[in-house]
Amino acid sequence: MAKKTSSPNLSRRDFSKIVMTFLGSIMGAFVGIPIIGYIISPALKTQTIDEWVSLGALDGYPIGSPKLFSFTRTKVNGWERTTKSFGVFVLRKSGSELKVFSNVCTHLSCRVKWSDEDSAYVCPCHNAQFAINGEVIYGPPPHPMYEYEFKVEEGNILIHLTEG
Amino acid sequence: MSGNTAEKIFAWLEERLGLEAIYATVLDRKVPKVNWWFTLGSASLFLAVMQGLTGVFLTMYYVPSPDKAYDSIQYIMNGVAFGWLIRGIHHWGASLMVLIVFIHMLRTFFYGAYKYPREITWLTGVFLLLFTLGMGFTGYLLPWNQRAFWATTVGTEIVGTVPFVGDFLLKALRGGTDISAVTLARFFSAHIWILPAGVVLMISIHMYLVIRLGISNIPSEEE
Repeated sequence: MAKKTSSPNLSRRDFSKIVMTFLGSIMGAFVGIPIIGYIISPALKTQTIDEWVSLGALDGYPIGSPKLFSFTRTKVNGWERTTKSFGVFVLRKSGSELKVFSNVCTHLSCRVKWSDEDSAYVCPCHNAQFAINGEVIYGPPPHPMYEYEFKVEEGNILIHLTEG
Repeated sequence: MSGNTAEKIFAWLEERLGLEAIYATVLDRKVPKVNWWFTLGSASLFLAVMQGLTGVFLTMYYVPSPDKAYDSIQYIMNGVAFGWLIRGIHHWGASLMVLIVFIHMLRTFFYGAYKYPREITWLTGVFLLLFTLGMGFTGYLLPWNQRAFWATTVGTEIVGTVPFVGDFLLKALRGGTDISAVTLARFFSAHIWILPAGVVLMISIHMYLVIRLGISNIPSEEE
């Protein structure tokens, strides 16, 4: 585009463009930032869980085969109280030698179940199998099953539940 | 990015999309010497777009169910960042839009701008005014508070006074004899799907005609 003047200074048109771009960016930010904040806000306000959960008496668990223990925790998500289920497999090897596994598959978070027939934890989503000690024996999971930190107090098993 | 690259990208797009022709047709139109009253159409369009955008964002958290509608709005107002702002714009923009659309109609009427060849522009404008009022009426119920409930009770009762078919119309609006979960769901559906679809259709025709026919002169004494 040919300039009408040979002035070395900024043309009126270019000056307008720069001012419009500058003011437009500020106005865009005034509109855009609240919208982004509005959309991502629930992601920034998650409730954390950090507690010791009792799984009951150690003697209640058989030696040698995993037993599922289920419990729920309630959180407030937005306008709703969400009840979330947790399942853990307690594998008592002998006396107070334990392993406590989460029943959440390490692939994509489906829930695994113990199969006596296969002698493995089986995930129904992609046919993954974990051995009794948690290591992957078949399928896509990238890690062994997650284990909980635990302690035994006065004959009761407690696991350390953390989230968020 | 250098200016040259930007120009090349623009030229590539221009060749395929004809952007400059669109720009020239839509924005470089010849207009008669007019006054500030002629900005009300653009103002109505701007408000409609604002209502659309803020409305879309409100549906991200709002739940049209009697047991959750009020709580979900409380969450928007107190729990979500800038939720008060988005809902505030939608709330006040609604009232402002009714006002601006109405004054836009008055300007068109008093300047005689509805006459040949702009009858269909006027006709679509009539629908747009009615749809705007419909949006206001259906949106008023959604907060599901006392004011919303009783305003809709009264509003639907008024429809019920129509001779012969009133009782049927009242039940059709409420989805039954009572204001219930069914009423809330259908008002929500009308508010976010049915009426906006009508608004978009009518605005498209309205805008096409404004661009095709141009805007009218201010009437002079000789006419």
